[in-house]
Amino acid sequence: MSDITQLTLKKTVDGIKNKDFSEKELNEAFFKKIESQNSKLNIFLSQKINTTGIPVAIKDIIITKDIPTTAGSKILENFIPPYNATVIEKLIENGVSVIGKTNCDEFAMGSSGENSAYGPTLNPWDITKVPGGSSSGSAAAVAADLCVFSLGTDTGGSIRQPASLSGVVGLKPSYGRVSRYGSIAMASSLDQIGPFTKCVEDARLVLEWISGGDKYDSNCKNEKFLSSKKLTNLKNIKIGVPKEYFGKGLDEGVKKVINSALKKMEDLGAEIVEVSLPNTKYAVAVYYIIMSSEVSSNLARFDGIRYGKDRDKFGAEVKRRIMLGTFSLASGYYDAYFTKAAKVRNLIKQDFDRVFQKINVIVGPVSPTVAWNLGDKVNDPLKMYLSDAYTIPASLAGIPGLSVPCGFSEGLPVGLQILGKQFDEDIVLAVGEVYESYTSWKEEKPKI
Amino acid sequence: MNQDKYEPVIGLEVHVELNTKTKMFCYCSADYFAKQTNSQVCPVCLGLPGALPMINREAIKKCIQIGLALNCSINETSYFERKNYFYPDLAKGFQTSQLVLPICVKGWLDVEDDSLTGLGMTRIRINRVHQEEDTGKLTHVGDETLIDFNRSSVPLVEIVTEPDFKSSAQVRDYAKKLQQIFKYLGVSSADMEKGQMRLEANVSVRLVGQKELPPYRVELKNINSFRFMVAAVEYEIKRQIEALEKGEKLSQETRGWNEAKNETYLQRSKEEAHDYRYFPEPDLPEISFSDNLVNQIKSEMPELPALKLERYKNEFKLKLSDAKILIDDLFLANFFEEALIYGREKGVEAQQIANYIINQKIDLVDSNPSQIVDDILAKKSSTLDDDLELEKLAKEAIEKNPNMVESYKSGKISVIMALVGIVMRISSGRANAQKVKEILVKLLNN
Repeated sequence: MSDITQLTLKKTVDGIKNKDFSEKELNEAFFKKIESQNSKLNIFLSQKINTTGIPVAIKDIIITKDIPTTAGSKILENFIPPYNATVIEKLIENGVSVIGKTNCDEFAMGSSGENSAYGPTLNPWDITKVPGGSSSGSAAAVAADLCVFSLGTDTGGSIRQPASLSGVVGLKPSYGRVSRYGSIAMASSLDQIGPFTKCVEDARLVLEWISGGDKYDSNCKNEKFLSSKKLTNLKNIKIGVPKEYFGKGLDEGVKKVINSALKKMEDLGAEIVEVSLPNTKYAVAVYYIIMSSEVSSNLARFDGIRYGKDRDKFGAEVKRRIMLGTFSLASGYYDAYFTKAAKVRNLIKQDFDRVFQKINVIVGPVSPTVAWNLGDKVNDPLKMYLSDAYTIPASLAGIPGLSVPCGFSEGLPVGLQILGKQFDEDIVLAVGEVYESYTSWKEEKPKI
Repeated sequence: MNQDKYEPVIGLEVHVELNTKTKMFCYCSADYFAKQTNSQVCPVCLGLPGALPMINREAIKKCIQIGLALNCSINETSYFERKNYFYPDLAKGFQTSQLVLPICVKGWLDVEDDSLTGLGMTRIRINRVHQEEDTGKLTHVGDETLIDFNRSSVPLVEIVTEPDFKSSAQVRDYAKKLQQIFKYLGVSSADMEKGQMRLEANVSVRLVGQKELPPYRVELKNINSFRFMVAAVEYEIKRQIEALEKGEKLSQETRGWNEAKNETYLQRSKEEAHDYRYFPEPDLPEISFSDNLVNQIKSEMPELPALKLERYKNEFKLKLSDAKILIDDLFLANFFEEALIYGREKGVEAQQIANYIINQKIDLVDSNPSQIVDDILAKKSSTLDDDLELEKLAKEAIEKNPNMVESYKSGKISVIMALVGIVMRISSGRANAQKVKEILVKLLNN
């Protein structure tokens, strides 16, 4: 065996069990790799040296006891939390240890990682490109083999989109599947913690570890995720392809890659049908009202009194969303904005409910384009917002979504999005795993 | 100034802290009184990044009990909302409260006004009873302000009336009755000095006969006793009538009470009014209450003061004033009712027991109800009827109270009852009161 940092989580667990290598050797190998790569990619905001445990990288918006947690913001520059997020406690119970906190857009607001107050993370496939966001560091860390797996958060696509742009597996579980306790809130009705992994099987394992009820999150479902479905092919699987995800704005190269993935799935026995999610066109607008409203309230606690920094230390995008949300909730505007958006959100949910009566999963692109050049969209917020047009609807509906590597366009990775009914991660993961096992995209590694 | 031209329009908001074991949205102890500062805290009530609220079901139950005691309907479903504003004692930058769907709505409470205006019983409509959380506590020391978060997220119930009060006496009676209800329900000690019960009054005045509400209201806030609240309301009514008479225009503002000067003072004017940007709390699920649950809670509620008063009057035939004294304190009422059971066996009347308990000012902690009945029987058997003995006592009372004698002689003959009372006390209640009165009259008229 050449490089133990390239192993999947499953193989790492087996390797330790079989005494192929020790936990100490494993941690040393990652430490060395981080030492040589991190300054190039700007992935880790803080690091911890361990001698035991399976190394995991954690998005810096998830609270870790005694390890600085900044949320990518200057306002929390010196914040060392006195407690652990529930997911961290659950990982520790499963023999996992945090080796570092990863860079992200400030308070998870962004799609490229460029809104981090600590400089952007670079895409391991091409350091002139963004890795996607907001969980930029967590996606890049897995792509560059700087951890066995990582955790990110997804509010409107912040796991799936960077997974797609960085060529790794990323899972946004259903809203209510994983406790949010200890995830610094961006938009409470949308936020969800999920894993970045080197293969679908690993995502399944991590979800088993981190899911389940929590007496600290009242919106979290009690039942732990237990996978039961393992498919060997896609016979009897009905895949819906939403025509709204293939319209104007979808890059031709990406479209080609997605279409050939769909062809592959058909070859594996799936029945492909076109479906319509007619309210998709309102999703971005609805999202920016609801998300920003919740943001304006959630970020009020950083009032300049207790965390050592004034509110003028918020970055431009954070300020923009606080103002947008404050406006949407203001008396006299509330009904026209917040209430209206909440109603349309329901319609978007109903779109999915209707479609899922006839199909098992929805498949389409995660992102309309591959990774773009650093700086390309920073001065055009609207253009940046539209890059999440295919991930936002699932977030609004609270349903699970998986991004699986499915090829390359212009030499950059493309992710395939698989969506399922709420709490039906099982089928999403099973379909993703069959596709993955009949393709070899996961063997491709960035040359860094 | 023509006072009769105007009538006050007053509404009340009462906050009461619940005595639950744990806080409203976390697992910290809610008993913060006299505790080491910032010792009853956790990430949730400190509003640390990443922390989430959990609903305290016990608090909700107590909120429903208060609502039921105030004749409210319980909404089938209810939810929490965020009330957004900045203040150093507000850890999250918002208070978790209720606006659109409070737990209890549309209740009432009858209040009375013993004052000369003779308004009698008035039904005060209750708009809502909702659940929220308390804030931290600020202490100003020199130029510094310290924050204690022990109180942060302690369950708080807010009770809002319609603007139905017409006098400060009604306000006082309402507040007293509420306090009594909280104590009967055992949901709060409702100690105003400790801040467990807080009153805010909205006061305005209008011309008698005018139907619509005045175009302004003055909010009286941060007043920590019944007495001061009554004084502040009275002061405001007077101040506002004077202002209107002078042709001044009154405006929406918040005023406090200056104890030293006995007057209200401006705290905040309308220009600084907040837009709280309420919206549904996304971190908490909707709560719903089945009829079964509400009936269950209802069945666990104790007898409330108003019903007890009726029962004491009708069933035990007590004098209204005595019944009121007994029900004022649940401990006293329970003591009385226990004594009653024993008294029934021994043939002692309810009124006799009531008299004894009230007149002798017995120490409830050191006495027991059956002993009281025995004492009454013992006294009865040794009633003082001897004229000479009684005259001796009456003389003693007269000698020791020259003031009373003087007022009697100047025509205030009702003072005789006070002298009878004194003789009763000197005789440890054994004197025949009727005879004492006769003897006193005889002595004083000589």
